[in-house]
Amino acid sequence: MAVLDRKLMRDLARLWAQVLAVALVMACGVGTIVIAVGAYRSLEETRAVFYDRYRFATVFASATRAPLHLKERIAAIPGVSEVEARIVRPVLLDMPGMAEPATGFAVSIPDRGESAVNRLYLRMGRLPEPGRTGEVVVTEPFAEAHRMLPGSTFGALMDGRKRTLTVTGIVLSPEYIYAINSGDMVPDPRRFGVFFMPRAAMAGLFDMDGAFNDVALRTQRGTSLPAVIDATDAILKPYGGSGAFDRTDQISHAFLDNELAQLRAMAAIIPPIFLFVSAFLVNMILSRLIALEREQIGLLKAVGYGRAAIAWHYAKLTLAIAVIGTAIGALAGNWLGRGMTRLYAEFFSFPFLVFRQSLDLYVIAAGICALAALAGAVRAIWMVVALPPAVAMTPPAPTRYRSLLSGASHMVGFFSQLTIMALRHLLRWPVRTLLTAFGTSLSVALLITALFSFDSIDYMIDTIFFQSERQDVTLIFAEARSPGALQAVEALPGVLRAEPFRSTPVILRNGHRERRLAIAGVPEHADLSRILDDDLNALDPPVAGLLISRHVAQLLDLHIGDKAEVELLEKDRRVVAVPVTAIVQNYVGLAVYMHAGALDRLIGDGPRLSGVHASVDPLHIDELYAAVKRTPAIGSIALQDISRVRFRETIGENITVMTTVYVILAVIITFGVIYNSARIQLSERARELASLRVLGFTRAEVSSVLMIELAVIVALAQPLGWLLGYLFAWSVVKGFESDLFRIPFVVDAATYATASLVVLSVAVLSALIVRARIDRLDLIRVLKTRE
Amino acid sequence: MAGHPTLAPGNRPDEDAPGRGGAGSDIRAEPVFTAHGVTKVYRSGEVEVHALRGVDLELYEGEIAVMLGPSGSGKSTLLNIMGGLDRATAGTVRFRDHDLTNASERQLTRYRRDHVGFVFQFYNLIPSLTAWENVALVTEIASDPMTPDEALELVGLKDRMTHFPAQLSGGEQQRVAIARAIAKRPEVLLCDEPTGALDSKTGILVLEALTRINEELKTTLAIITHNAGIRQIAHRVFTFRDGRIAETVTNATRAQPSEVTW
Repeated sequence: MAVLDRKLMRDLARLWAQVLAVALVMACGVGTIVIAVGAYRSLEETRAVFYDRYRFATVFASATRAPLHLKERIAAIPGVSEVEARIVRPVLLDMPGMAEPATGFAVSIPDRGESAVNRLYLRMGRLPEPGRTGEVVVTEPFAEAHRMLPGSTFGALMDGRKRTLTVTGIVLSPEYIYAINSGDMVPDPRRFGVFFMPRAAMAGLFDMDGAFNDVALRTQRGTSLPAVIDATDAILKPYGGSGAFDRTDQISHAFLDNELAQLRAMAAIIPPIFLFVSAFLVNMILSRLIALEREQIGLLKAVGYGRAAIAWHYAKLTLAIAVIGTAIGALAGNWLGRGMTRLYAEFFSFPFLVFRQSLDLYVIAAGICALAALAGAVRAIWMVVALPPAVAMTPPAPTRYRSLLSGASHMVGFFSQLTIMALRHLLRWPVRTLLTAFGTSLSVALLITALFSFDSIDYMIDTIFFQSERQDVTLIFAEARSPGALQAVEALPGVLRAEPFRSTPVILRNGHRERRLAIAGVPEHADLSRILDDDLNALDPPVAGLLISRHVAQLLDLHIGDKAEVELLEKDRRVVAVPVTAIVQNYVGLAVYMHAGALDRLIGDGPRLSGVHASVDPLHIDELYAAVKRTPAIGSIALQDISRVRFRETIGENITVMTTVYVILAVIITFGVIYNSARIQLSERARELASLRVLGFTRAEVSSVLMIELAVIVALAQPLGWLLGYLFAWSVVKGFESDLFRIPFVVDAATYATASLVVLSVAVLSALIVRARIDRLDLIRVLKTRE
Repeated sequence: MAGHPTLAPGNRPDEDAPGRGGAGSDIRAEPVFTAHGVTKVYRSGEVEVHALRGVDLELYEGEIAVMLGPSGSGKSTLLNIMGGLDRATAGTVRFRDHDLTNASERQLTRYRRDHVGFVFQFYNLIPSLTAWENVALVTEIASDPMTPDEALELVGLKDRMTHFPAQLSGGEQQRVAIARAIAKRPEVLLCDEPTGALDSKTGILVLEALTRINEELKTTLAIITHNAGIRQIAHRVFTFRDGRIAETVTNATRAQPSEVTW
């Protein structure tokens, strides 16, 4: 080993605490790259492979009842390669050992052979025999939630009767990677499942012989999807077609897209923060080291080491720190990435989902980390190169300070000389002071970014479940019913109050902007499911006109008074212009409301009900469940209490994991910045501090000089951190914003306070570690040496 | 240093050298410092360094003691022990009625704060404080200090008060250090190579400041130097060799700082 390399190893060993502090900050950068990009790739590639092998459809459409021969016409649409005409029905399920009814999606599969699209991955067991009624395969999460294996049975309300279905196999479908029931905010596999039955058996049960109500098709690469969608719509229109759509409107696909977008955002935002801070720390440490080794550098030059050799020596030190950071980051990232993938596997059902560990990712992460470190080092190294040997071997000129305010005597009594020392030192290196404060403020900001989710989710839960959707259950009819159905629901046991609603699929359009969504027709004076304005006041639907949610208003650039084009998908695809009368508040889906009577008139088929919201006497809830399980007209049921609990549990779990990670990251940044900053101040000022000790100042008084400096930096960091945290949180809210859901932007005062408290505690702890070194200062050695 | 008041030879408190064992002028009847059998052993790794091997010494009020000797002879170690920066391994060191040998860290800090002034070769000024503020640093915590203005006037730097160390010459910096050391009216001023980093002309100014303080404030001065010429301003000269005082010389006549040859 060359002698200079030995010096390098010893320098690293001597500076181990600072090296480790910087390496940890770098590790956070590398780790977050590995996690975010690794998870993104895992999810994206697994999805692509699953879609491809199991032929996930590209266009979807449904109708009321269409003759099977239309399948050929659809297949003849240019660009369409495969078509599967299916029967898809929501059914109520009676699961063993579960009082409340579950909702199931019954989907038909071909009697023989494999589906042309959306093929099933058979995890266990076998596919149903076409001849035997009552044999089904179920999706894996649903099977797991109910501990079902091939041979298990469960009850389903089909054809007006309760039937017992036998599980023959457990499957996964590319169509239901993320399976969520309408009305739920997170998947609940206990209360929602998908099962598949041979077509013949299903047609018999639902009176769909020679007919289908759902079509999924695959297109050739390069096909124009809008053209296929239009052609499909044209074919299905006479049969109650409710509008074809592509993958972007397919629930499972959209949720996956949303998750991928968030991972992309994480990879783009978080690692740069850490790499920036580590570049700054490397700069701080290396500048100080080079200042201390000034004479050694002069000597090396004097004895004939070239500039490049010396520059390379310090570059190697920097790279060594980067290597340590990369190694820690790669290991931690790999470990956390696997954990994250396991978390994904809970929500997304893939036949396989492994954390992708491609070498290139680590190489890229290591490269970025090394570049960040070198970027931080470049200025310090340049100083080495530029230093003439003769100058290097003489001590540097004393640091020039400027007076804080002007002069001397009038400062007395206001600030002690120790405070003046601290403040002048801060002002002497304003850039460093500000960057240190900025680095610390990033931890405050990260903490706010993590912690504000609790505020937002609390607000969201309160708004949705206690202000807006205050019903206990929502019963959705399998098919639209006449108004008499309301009385039938009111007559069910335990029902205290019932409010009907109608829902109809439309395309809402403003110029070239359009969205497929459902208009909900709601009654006046609703007390259960209420429409709220921004101030959470309940609004009554006007006799005519649309109430649209803020998100829809933004998507379609609609304002109050504008006329929106409504294309009715349910009946005759009429296009009507309806004025927007109010913008309302809403977090889930694309909400548009209308007066129930106005909607009935618009559709023109008389009053119809899609479902009923009801409040229920909790003492009689089990009786209601039992009654619902006997009511074939009910297609699915949503239970607010269970949804809320499940939502809070799931989101709470996710946020807790995320917050823990962010807190660790913030602690590492704070520690890295404050500890290094204090160590460097101590190194620069050891002589001054020793002088103070000699003059008779106590350890506490001497430490106070450094502590005042750190305190000023940490104090400066707080308001900056709050501001950055506010902006980060806002960008997170914007990043989460999708057609599926939005998060309200709420940051409580307590969140700012908690973030600051955490950072203050870590700062105090870091300062105390350095204080212990001040106490051990060797007075004599420090004072007898030339600076 | 035009206008700096010089001291006439006749003004000096006494021309007599203090005798060993307390003889001489009555103002030196009581020793300020008493050291008995002081040894100091440093352990650095596996090596034992015997810095002091049994030193006996007494210093009297108003006395100027110059300590000579090669590097490593123990003079700085003794000065550090006298100043409460270090502790003896064995033996006793007393400052008036303070036992420095068994003093706690806290007591030593208190002792430095109240009784001792230090002057070092490399000044050790606080670069972020002006000359005035460097002195005020001490006057803020001392019990009966002079004002920073008075202290700076004593070293002839009243007009440089608002300058930062970086704006002062080496001699000026050292004089600020002296002003800082004497502002608390210490009973003893310990100087380790006070002129070591200075040229002869500046060195003389520094020595003049020191002797003036000795005369006006009756401060006991212990000066370590490599410059044998400085011995001429001392009452007594101690020569150190191998951790012991090898020779003690009492000056019959003392020279003015301006007469010191460099």
